[in-house]
Amino acid sequence: MFPSIKRQLGRMVLVLMSACWAPSLLAQGAPDEFIRSISQSVLDDLKADRSLQTGDIERLNLLVERKVMPYVDFQRMTALAVGRNWRAASPEQQRLLMQEFRRLLLLTYSGAVRQVNDLTFQVRPVRTKPDDDEIVVRTQVLRLGREPIQIDYRMQKSSNSWKIFDLNIMGLWLVEHYRNQFAQIVGASGIDGLIQSLRDKNQTLAASAK
Amino acid sequence: MLRRFVLLLALMAAAGCAHLPAGHIGDPRDPWERYNRAVFEFNDTLDRAVVKPVAEAYRDYVPELAQRSLRNVFSNLRDVIITAHQLLQGKPQAAVTAGSRVLINSTIGALGLGDPASEMGLIKTNEDFGQTFGRWGIGPGPYFVLPLLGPSTVRDTIGTLADFNFDPIGSVFEQGAGRNIVYGLIAIDRRKDLLDAQDTIEALSFDRYSGVRDAWLARRRSLAHDGEPPPLKIKED
Repeated sequence: MFPSIKRQLGRMVLVLMSACWAPSLLAQGAPDEFIRSISQSVLDDLKADRSLQTGDIERLNLLVERKVMPYVDFQRMTALAVGRNWRAASPEQQRLLMQEFRRLLLLTYSGAVRQVNDLTFQVRPVRTKPDDDEIVVRTQVLRLGREPIQIDYRMQKSSNSWKIFDLNIMGLWLVEHYRNQFAQIVGASGIDGLIQSLRDKNQTLAASAK
Repeated sequence: MLRRFVLLLALMAAAGCAHLPAGHIGDPRDPWERYNRAVFEFNDTLDRAVVKPVAEAYRDYVPELAQRSLRNVFSNLRDVIITAHQLLQGKPQAAVTAGSRVLINSTIGALGLGDPASEMGLIKTNEDFGQTFGRWGIGPGPYFVLPLLGPSTVRDTIGTLADFNFDPIGSVFEQGAGRNIVYGLIAIDRRKDLLDAQDTIEALSFDRYSGVRDAWLARRRSLAHDGEPPPLKIKED
C-alpha cells in the first residue's frame, strides 16, 4: 500500500491554482490579505468556468499569462529550482528553462483542477514588521470529513510589492523539491539535458492528461 | 504474521542491488538507498499488478455513499487514538477538539457514519506514534522503505508497529477474517485516494524513487511539527 503522502501531493494543484489565477489586484499591502483575495477569486473562477475544470491547458496558459505572472517572481523561482547551474546557462537556455518549467507547473495541476468543488480557504493572519522583506503566508483548504490541505506561500517584497516565489503543499516546498530533482539531471547531462528532460516530461504529462 | 514479515524483509535485502540512476546524488537521510530502491520497485510492481486495479474497481463500482460512510467510520475510530496522541503530545486543546469529534460523530453522526463535527468547525487532525515520538524530540533516523507499506523512517517504523498495537479498529473487531477484511478495506480506501494524484506524482518525480522519498520526508517533517517545521533556508547561489 502506498502512503497517504501521494494523495496529498495531488492537492498541490490548489496551491498552483491559487498562485495562478490572481485577479487584477495589486500585490501590495498586507501579504495575507493579498493571498486571501487570490484564493477567493480562484475558487470563484473555478466554479464559474467549466473549461478550467476539464483541464484545458491552452486556456490555463492564457489566464496565467494575463493574470498571474505579475504576482509571481517566476525568473527567481526557476533560478532557485535550477540551482547553481542557472548562472552558467546562456540567456537562451535560461529562456527555455523558464518556458518548460512553467509548462511543467501548469501541467502538474491541470489534471487535478476538477477536484475543487466543496472547498473553503482559511488564511492564517501574518504579523509583519515594516522591515520584513520575506514572509511565509500559511493557508489551509478545508474539506469535509478529512484533514485540511496545508498550503503555504513564500513571498518576497521588492519595490514595495509582494511576489510569490515558492509554494508549499502539505509540507513540500516545490522549488526546493525540483532543485534536488534537477540537480541529478544536470549532473548527468548538463543544462541541455535538463531542458530535454523537461520537454519529455511535459509531453508525457500532456498526453496522459487527454 | 511477524515471522512472514521478517522473511520478506530478508528477501528484499538479498535482492537489494537496484542500480542507481545517472547523475545520482546521495542523500544523507538515505544511507540504505540500494535496499530501499529494491523494495520500492517491489512495492511498485505489486501495486501495478494487484493493489491499483482493486482500488480502481472499488472507486468505480462501490456506491459513493458507501465509500464515504465507510471512510467516516474508520476516521471516527482513528479520532479516538488521535485524542490520546494529542494528550501524549501535551496539547490539551487539540485533545478536546479531537475528543469532541468522537462524541459528536458517534452520536449525531450515527455511530460515525457521518461527519457533522467537521461542519461544526472541529477540524480533523493527523497524528500517529511516529509524530508523537517526534514531538518528544526523537529524530526520524534513516529513510526506510517497508515492503507493502511503503516509505517510512526508522522512527516511523517503530511508530507504525505501535499504531497497529493500539489501533482502535483492532479492538473493535475480533482477530480473524473480519478484522483482516476491515484492514483490507482501509488499505483500498487509502489507495483509492492516490489515484487522482497520479499525474501530480509523475510531474514531481523525474526520478520516481527520490521524488517520492523527498516528498514523503518533507511531509512527515511537517506533520511532526503540526505544519510549521523550523525553516530550511534555500541557498541562493
